[in-house]
Parts: sequence; structure tokens; C-alpha cells
Amino acid sequence: MMLIDPHIHMFSRTTDDYEAMAAAGVVAVIEPAFWVGQPRTSVDTYIDYLSTIVGWERFRAAQFGIRHYCTIGLNSKEANNEALAEGVLEILPRFLLKEGVVAVGEIGYDEQTALEDRALRAQLELAKEFDLPVQVHTPHRDKKSGTTRTMDVCEEHGIAPHKVIIDHNNEETVTEVLDRGFWAAFTLYPKTKMGSERMVDIARRFGSERMMIDSSADWGVSDPMAVPKTATLMLQRGIPQADVERLCYANALAAYGQSGQMNETDWLEPAPVDQRTLFEGNSVLRGQSPVVQEPAQAPARADEDLLIE
Amino acid sequence: MNDEAKRPATLLSEWVGRQVPAAADWLAEAMERLGSGATDRDLYLAVSLAPRKVGKDDLTLDEADLSSAERARPGWSPAGWSVDQAARLAVLLAADSDDETFARRLDALFRTGDVGELITFYRGLPLYPAPERHVARAAEGARSNMKAVFNAVAHYNPYPAEMFEEGTWNHMVLKALFVESPLYPIRGLDDRANPALMRMLCDYAHERWAASRPVSIELWRCVGPHADAQAIDDLTRVIGSEDERERLAGALALKASPDPEAARRLAAAPELRAKIESGAVSWESLARR
Repeated sequence: MMLIDPHIHMFSRTTDDYEAMAAAGVVAVIEPAFWVGQPRTSVDTYIDYLSTIVGWERFRAAQFGIRHYCTIGLNSKEANNEALAEGVLEILPRFLLKEGVVAVGEIGYDEQTALEDRALRAQLELAKEFDLPVQVHTPHRDKKSGTTRTMDVCEEHGIAPHKVIIDHNNEETVTEVLDRGFWAAFTLYPKTKMGSERMVDIARRFGSERMMIDSSADWGVSDPMAVPKTATLMLQRGIPQADVERLCYANALAAYGQSGQMNETDWLEPAPVDQRTLFEGNSVLRGQSPVVQEPAQAPARADEDLLIE
Repeated sequence: MNDEAKRPATLLSEWVGRQVPAAADWLAEAMERLGSGATDRDLYLAVSLAPRKVGKDDLTLDEADLSSAERARPGWSPAGWSVDQAARLAVLLAADSDDETFARRLDALFRTGDVGELITFYRGLPLYPAPERHVARAAEGARSNMKAVFNAVAHYNPYPAEMFEEGTWNHMVLKALFVESPLYPIRGLDDRANPALMRMLCDYAHERWAASRPVSIELWRCVGPHADAQAIDDLTRVIGSEDERERLAGALALKASPDPEAARRLAAAPELRAKIESGAVSWESLARR
């Protein structure tokens, strides 16, 4: 089964992760622009970060046969640094038409401050101007009302719900998100919050329409194999394969494909120029179908791995 | 045929228009608008939009097109380009600006470039005004670990041989070996061979031998013409290899050396010498084998 992780910060991950993901069937990832842990102090470092996710990281992923896309935006945390935020909002248009940019994101609220609100609204206007989908980060604290408020603001700015992916949902938020016509993404966290077991229950209750799962793996405790693992668990627990495929592949493609920048042919039949540049030296994708594998558990690091031959 | 050499921007737009008629008007209008004074933002937008307008197919060129390219800019080889690359460079070159403005805009484009853009802008190096202004940028490309970006500077591009000072040139050649990029597509490879590069390459070969790792046969191409006594010993080791490609490479390198000692070593391997002197073996054919 081919898989897509539509929210993962490969910027903060290792090549081991790429290898394991590719082996488990991940063909494409979407890397949202985010807060890198250490707050940025100037627009210049923000520019270099955005250039990294449209450039270097895309190349790095391609070395493992994984297609890399990204979303571009000013995250809610750093929206609170007013000087930085002004500068970033000014340069964002330079990045929104880059190849592989599939949405404005991840944007939304953290503490729901006035500055966050301003940045969110400015970026919703950019999404309209550039005709791009929107990837919304919903707050970890005060989640339910923050989620509702974000959807209200999207509607207020005239953004159609089918162009908006609301991320980090849980059982408390999903009903309203789906009822209002938005896409609902679920982030699978290894320890707390939403886990694979709970996701199986959600798939049973809500099916698979307009829903997708992601890992949001980053620099913290997180699991880049969350999508393959959860896909496997869902199949084991009897969720129909068609539903699993929608949750773990097709819906992400449909939602972010609205950008015109993400097509199945990108990994099934890449353009010759991409084969020469992005997939050079990679034997997985050479104008042919990728090796399709059943999702597998991440290979546990055994003691034998430490033996040096 | 007209004898007047066309400007590269004109050729690029003709090729794109011929191959993607649906986008010909867009490109012509963009170039005209940019040519009569346009803002930075107009240029950046046109560069960003190009692949969406013209697609990403390989640029189809025939022999006549390649001759036109050579007339327009000696050494320029657009073979292997794609239509979006051609369109992007056409609008960039069409934009009306002085050298200072051009360099500033190019710098901004590089700074925020995605992978495809970086490759395109490096491939365009031989076409830019005031070539001396772009040396530092080109050297940065030659330090890239993105192989396709590195290749855009190093391969089929006359700019490095024309503009890089010796140290930069030598590191580009060495970097090619590190990223496992072939050397034969590097323009001016033989003309720019020098004793310092010879020494760096022999040292690198010794490192690889010490680690029991293979040594690119192309490495010896830049060693032969300036081989010192120690390098001639290295080449003697190479012609004794079990691998025929290595033996032939060593023989080609010895043949390129003006040192009589190199000729004596090669004479001691008459079979190899005969093969080399038959003219059937070239560096490129050997590298492609």
C-alpha cells in the first residue's frame, strides 16, 4: 500500500527515518513550515529555513525515493514576535509559488493572542490570492474553542471549507470539523494525546471521508512511522482496506492536490527532468512503479545492529 | 540562415515557443513587459510561474539549434535542458537592468530558490552580464551537496573554466569525485590541469587506497599532464591493476605526461600502449564504459 504522511518535519529527522519510511511504503511527505524549537530572531533566518524546506530537504527526501512537499507560512508561536512577523509576512509571497508548495501552513492559533489573529488573517488572504489550500494548526491548549474559532475566521475570510485542512483533531473536535465541511487530520502521538488505538475507534465511528492521519514528527518525542504503524493496526482490526487507503493516502492527495502541485504521477511517473535531478542515483523510482510494500513496523534496533563487521 | 548571431534570450524564447505553442504568448508578453522596465516582484513572479506555464518536458533541440547556441555564446551547451529552465532564463535575461541590478536580483533569486530554480540559475551562468560578479555564487554551487545542483555548475558549463581561479577550480574537480559525479562533462578539464590539482588528486587516491576503497579512473586524467616522479609511480601501480579500465586509464595518463620516464613506464606495457595508440580509447569512452 502506498502511504503519504501529510504532516511531518523532516528538517528535524534523520536519514534512518527516511529509510524506514520508504521501506514501509511512504511515497510522499508534506513538511509544514513550523517553529524549530529555538525562536528565530530575524527574518533572514526565517528565509533560510523556508529555502531549506523548498530546497535541501526536498533533495534529501528524494535520495530515499520519497517525494517531498511543503506548506509555507508563519507559525502561530512566532507570530507573537511582532517585528519578526511583519518581516515574514512580507516575504511569504516569494515562497508561495515555489515548486512543491501545497498549502499555506501550518497557521492558526497557539495562545489565541491578537498578534496570532492578525497573522492568521493576513495569511488567509494570501491563500486566497495564490489560490492555495490552508493547513491549520489547532492549539494544544483550549483546543475545542480554538478550533471552532479558526473555522469561523476561515469562513469570515471567504475561504471554502474544502480548501482547509484542520489538523491535530481529537474525538472532541472532529464532529464539528466534518459537519462544517472542512478536512479533518489526526496527529498520532506515541505517548499522550491521540494514539493509534484511538484512531482505530475514530475510523470505526466516522469512516474515512475527508479524514487523514499524520505523524507531525519533529524534534520532540514523536514517531515518523506513525502512519505506516497505524495503517497496519487499522487493517489488523478489520477496518476495510479502502478506508485505510483513504485515511493514509488518497485523502491527503485530494486535499493538498488542490494546489496543483502534488500529483500521483510525481512518484509514479516523474518527469524526466525530475528523474535526473531529484531522483538521480535512486533506483526506486526510475519512470516505473515504486516498490510497493506492506506497511511494516519500524525495525527495532537489535543488538546485532551494533556489531561492526 | 542568417549569419547574425542571435542573443541567448531570443533563442531560448524561440525554442520554448516552438515546443509549447500554448505558452508562447505568455512568454513573449512577459519578456516584453520585463524588457521595458519592470519591478523586482514582476521578475520574481514570472520566474516562479514559468514551469506552470510551459511544463517541465525536456527541451527538444537539433544540431542547428546547438550551433546557434554556440554562435550566440561560445561554449554554451543547452543540450539536456528542460523547457521550464529555458523559459526561466529567458525572462531573467530579458529583464531590463544594469549589471548591478541584475546581480542583486539574481542573488535574491538564488537565496530563495527551490531545487529546480537553483539548477536553472547555475546552468545560466555563462549567459549573465558581467560574469565576474557571479564567481562567489558559482563557487557556492560547486560546494553544494545536492548533486544535481553541483552538476549544474560543473557539467557542460563553460563558466568555471573561464572564471574560477585555480584553488576554486581544483576543489570543484575534487568535489566531483566526492559526490561521485563524472569528470568528463566538465568543460576545460584538460586545459585547466595543474600541478597543485595533480598533487591533491594523488593524495586523495592514496587515502582511498589506504581505506581499500575504489579510485575513480577519471582521477588520473588530471594527473598525467603534470605527473611528478611520485605520481608516475602511482600511475605505474594503476597500469598493473587487475581492472582493465584502470589499466587503460593509467596508460592514458602516462601518455599525457611529457616526462620521458612516463614514456618508459608505458613502453614496459606494450599491449596497453598499443591499445592507447590505436586511438580507440578515450577518457570519455572509458568513463562511460
